[in-house]
Amino acid sequence: MISDAVAIRRRRFGNAMTYSFLLALAVIYIFPFIIAVVTSFKTEPDATANPLSLAPNPATTSAFHQLSADQDFFTWVKNSVIVTLSVTFLRVFLDSLAGYALARLRFRGRGAAFATIVAVMAVPGVVLLIPKFLIIRQFGMYDTYYGMIVPLLVDAAGVFIMKNFFESIPVSVEESARIDGANIFRIYWSIVLPMARPALVTLFILSFQGSWNELAQFIISAQSASLNTLTKGVAQLASGQLGSGNRYPLKLAASTLMTIPVALLFFLFQRRIMNASEGAVKE
Amino acid sequence: MATRVWKRFREPGIRGHEAGAGWLFLLPVIVILGLFLVLPIAMAAWVSFSDWNGNGSPLGAHAHWVGLANYRDLLTTPGLDQNNFGEALRNNFYYVLLVVPIQTAVSLFLAVLVNKRLKFVGFFRTAFYFPSVTSSVAITILFLFLFSPSGAINKLLSYLGATGPSWIYDPRGLFHVILGQFGVNQSGGHLANGVFLGVTYWDWLAGPSIAMCVFIIMAVFTTSGTFMLLFLAGLQGIDESVNEAAALDGASEWKKFRHITVPMIRPTIFTVVTLGVIGTWQVFDQIYVGTKGSPLNTTLTPAYLSFDTSFNNNNWGAGAAIAFILFAIIVFLTLLTRLATRSPDRVPRRRRFALTGAIGDEKVSRIGVGS
Repeated sequence: MISDAVAIRRRRFGNAMTYSFLLALAVIYIFPFIIAVVTSFKTEPDATANPLSLAPNPATTSAFHQLSADQDFFTWVKNSVIVTLSVTFLRVFLDSLAGYALARLRFRGRGAAFATIVAVMAVPGVVLLIPKFLIIRQFGMYDTYYGMIVPLLVDAAGVFIMKNFFESIPVSVEESARIDGANIFRIYWSIVLPMARPALVTLFILSFQGSWNELAQFIISAQSASLNTLTKGVAQLASGQLGSGNRYPLKLAASTLMTIPVALLFFLFQRRIMNASEGAVKE
Repeated sequence: MATRVWKRFREPGIRGHEAGAGWLFLLPVIVILGLFLVLPIAMAAWVSFSDWNGNGSPLGAHAHWVGLANYRDLLTTPGLDQNNFGEALRNNFYYVLLVVPIQTAVSLFLAVLVNKRLKFVGFFRTAFYFPSVTSSVAITILFLFLFSPSGAINKLLSYLGATGPSWIYDPRGLFHVILGQFGVNQSGGHLANGVFLGVTYWDWLAGPSIAMCVFIIMAVFTTSGTFMLLFLAGLQGIDESVNEAAALDGASEWKKFRHITVPMIRPTIFTVVTLGVIGTWQVFDQIYVGTKGSPLNTTLTPAYLSFDTSFNNNNWGAGAAIAFILFAIIVFLTLLTRLATRSPDRVPRRRRFALTGAIGDEKVSRIGVGS
């Protein structure tokens, strides 16, 4: 047996240890991003000579001016917005349609359809780069928005999430609507979807993040500079040897700007993202 | 009224109606998955048995059946193709070997820390998860800057009196460097002469290059937050009273961790390891943005090599063959992990489903995007 005083002292010591660990780790995880933001306000010689300094000397916004002036930055932003919004909204809609059918509607072949979708989910994405390029070209969709967007419209994981969610909500409301003679799409659209808001929001966040950050799919589906998304444009900026010097302020300014939308979405829905895991276990 | 309701449910028509709606609801998903996943795989399989060089359609007159020639070039015929493929496999093997255990341990450690009932714990969770949200492009650029020869990391090392390597420009293998410290620099005889997949045994033992180590650190940095959330879910499923009872018996923190926490979250550990293995064999974005396989091919990975062989060298048959071999490797390792999971453990099946099913798959899509 240990006395209370010892136990309390031990716990206090333990908490202090935990906090110092947490603080040290938080610095490691956050500091790189602070450096990225600060460096984008530096001049190139300053960034090279003082990579650790948090005070740009002199502070300059020339990286951002340069981005908007001589890069096709706005084209990249425009393309990223077009692709991300189309993919996200259509994906949430199509995945939830399929998830509802698999969870609620009874029809022959449902089990087989679900098994196929799960099997498809297991195919690693990188393996599909060449196959997708071949088929996009075959269909004459190469170098168009269609080629960039359509293959991303459906993801099996999203169908799976929606199916799981629909199975977790009570069927009684739908049944009484059906007794009143509403057709299936009406029930889905005006009764089921509003109830599924939490799952839809989760899927929205995942789809937005996924398509905004997507790179490989855009590399293989288009080649025109006018179809570059932010990821592809900034990636070319990073590896291209245009101009002189290492141009790190410019590259980091571009990466900072392209991170803002996903960061905003993350901070906005932080609680939901973090609690998604907790909710799942209580179930 | 009651009889009418009863009758409606018995009408055979309602089932038929549902069947139509069911297939209609599924149609878009099935058509898109079929056209952009199943069909392409079949087409790429054909290309991997052909000599198509990118001209015209692979289904037209430009492609000819060459049997297993592409696979032989990679696996059995000595030459540049085989050499590149061997190096790519070695590089990725060491990448997996280091990233998977480290990211699993780090994310579990983070989860245990942020699972405590402490103030500001939400802030720390956010901080650790944030890197997972950012794009692989932005993170790679940031790491190239941090690890540039005169960059932040080497500056930090210089404060500690150490001289850092030139990181992404340094092709030396980590194990070779360590062996070099003990005076072992180049081996003669069997290790130097023996060759597997175009790479000498000595070079197979190189370990990840210093350049690859940058990507290893980056992978741990970006994925540990995601896996931390998975572990956190597992930890919150543990009944607090078990821990309290152990604490009353005077068990130390380490003992509680070792004998209560780890056994109870074993299913989550297996999920994290499986997802880790699947993700780490698919390194592409980072290499495309960062090094394109340099220096001296030591950051080349099968995924990038497959892309490069096809799109840049127009050797589509070999590129597709690499993709299929990579596919086989991933499937094999996944099954192996699944087999390991089957070993008897006392966690009820239902809990396992909640952990791997409900969140696991949600993360799959994230990880698939770029880990």
